[in-house]
Amino acid sequence: MILTLKNTFNEIGSATLFAKQFFKEVFVPPYEGKEFLKQCYVIGYKSLPLVAITGFIMGLVLTLQSRPTLVKFGAESWLPGMVALSLIREIAPVITALICAGKISSGIGAELGSMKVTEQIDAMEVAAINPYNYLVVTRILACTLMVPLLVFFADAIGILGGYIGVNIHGDVNLYRYMTQIFQSLEFLDLFPATIKTFFFGFFIGMIGCFKGFNAANGTESVGKAANSAVVTASLAIFILDMVAVQITDLFFVQ
Amino acid sequence: MIKEKENIEAKTKEAKEKSKTPMIVIKDLHKTFGKDNKVLQGVNLTVNKGEDLVILGRSGSGKSVTIKCIVGLIEPDKGEIKVFDENVLNLSKKELNEIRVRIGFLFQSGALYDSMSVRENLAFTLRKHKSELTAEEVESEVIQALDNVGLGDAIDKMPSELSGGMQKRIGLARTLILKPEIILYDEPTTGLDTITSREISELILDIKHKQKTTSIIITHDMACAKLTADRIMVLKDGQIHAEGTYEELEKDEDEWVRSFFE
Repeated sequence: MILTLKNTFNEIGSATLFAKQFFKEVFVPPYEGKEFLKQCYVIGYKSLPLVAITGFIMGLVLTLQSRPTLVKFGAESWLPGMVALSLIREIAPVITALICAGKISSGIGAELGSMKVTEQIDAMEVAAINPYNYLVVTRILACTLMVPLLVFFADAIGILGGYIGVNIHGDVNLYRYMTQIFQSLEFLDLFPATIKTFFFGFFIGMIGCFKGFNAANGTESVGKAANSAVVTASLAIFILDMVAVQITDLFFVQ
Repeated sequence: MIKEKENIEAKTKEAKEKSKTPMIVIKDLHKTFGKDNKVLQGVNLTVNKGEDLVILGRSGSGKSVTIKCIVGLIEPDKGEIKVFDENVLNLSKKELNEIRVRIGFLFQSGALYDSMSVRENLAFTLRKHKSELTAEEVESEVIQALDNVGLGDAIDKMPSELSGGMQKRIGLARTLILKPEIILYDEPTTGLDTITSREISELILDIKHKQKTTSIIITHDMACAKLTADRIMVLKDGQIHAEGTYEELEKDEDEWVRSFFE
C-alpha cells in the first residue's frame, strides 16, 4: 500500500516535471510547424468520424430519454434548450474528451512507446535533434487546439441529433428548434465549457506523451504505455471536470 | 643535407603524433543500474584518430552502455569522458549537441523513424542541421548517401518494407549523411546472415578508408572484428580485461580471452 502510494507520488512528480519541460520548450525555436500541422490532421481530422457518430448518438439519445419526463410536466417545449445546454455544458466536452483519451492518448502512448523501445527517440537525441520538441511539444499543442474544436463539432452534431430526436415524436421545424436553443443559451454556458476543453486537450496530449516517452524497454511496455495513457487520461478528465464545475459554480453561477 | 634529414624526421614524427591524436578518452568510468547492478567498474580506454577499436565482451558486460555514455544517452555515475578534447559530462545540452553532430551512432536495430520513408529519414536529419541547403541539394545528398551503402533503389520504401540488413545500411547512410568524424557502431552485424554481415563489415572498412573516420565497434561477430579492428579491447566484469590486435589476442595466455576467437 505504502509502496503503491510512493509510486503514485513519484509518477505525479515525474509528470509535473514533464509538463514543466513543455512550457520551457514550447516558446524555444526551432518551431516544428510542419509536424504540428501533421499532428493536427492526425488528431483532429482523423477523429472527426468517431466524434460525429458519438455526438449524433449523444444528442439523439439525450432527447429521447429526456422527453417523457418533460412531457409529464407539460414542458416539452423546453426540450431543445435543455438538450443543447446539457450537451454544451457537460456531455459533449466530457464524452468527446473521453473518446479522445481512448483514441488519441492511447495512440500517442503506443507510438512514442514504440519509438522509445526501438531506439528511435535515442536516434534523434544522438543526431542532436531535440525529441521532446519534435515529438512531445507538437503533439501536446495539437491536442490542446484540436480537442476544443472536436468538442464544438460534437456540440453541433449533437444538436442535430437532438433535432432528429425531437421530430421522432413531434413536429418542430429546424428554424424554431434553433431559435429555442439560442434563446436558452447564454455566453456563460459556452465560456467555461470551452475553457475546460483546452485543459482536457492539454492533459490528453501530455499524459499520452508522458506514458510513451517513459515506456520501459521491451514490447510489452508499449501496450502498458497505451493502456495506462487511456486510464490516466480518463481519470484526469473526470477530476478536471469536477474542478472546472466547482470553479464555474463559484464564479459564474449567481 | 643534415637539415633536410632533420626536416623529414620532424615531419615523420609529426605524422606519427597526429595519428596518435586521441579522439575519445575514457577514464575510470563507473555505472550502476538499480541498487547493485554494477555494469561499468572503472573502464579506461583511448581511441586515436583514424583508429577502429572493437570492443568485445559477453552480453551484459557494459559494451553498449560504454558507447551510450560517450554520446550522453546514459549518464555515468563516475569518471571522465573526453571527446575531441572536451569533457562531455560537463557540457551544456547545446554544447553536447555540437559534439553529437560530429559523432555518428549506428543502433543495433538501425532505429529508422518508422513513420518516414527512407528519403525522409535521411533528409530529416540533414535538414535539421543544414537548413541552408535547397530541396535539390538535400535530394542529391540523400541519393549520394544511399548510393554509398548500395541502396539507391530503396529511397521511396518505408522501413517496414526493408530487411534487417537493409535497415542497418540505411541507418548507416543516415549516420553518414552528416559526415561524422567518429562513428560508434552498436553490434552492426547482429541478427544478420554471414554474407550480409560480411557486406556490412566491408562497408565499415570502406567508410573508414574513404571518410577517414574514427570508430568504436561493439560486436560479437569475430569475422567483423577481424576485418575491421585495428585494436580490440575485451570487457569483463565492467573493466577492460585484455587489449591488443586480433592476432595478439587470438594467442592470449588467458583462456577466457581466447575463447572468443575459437
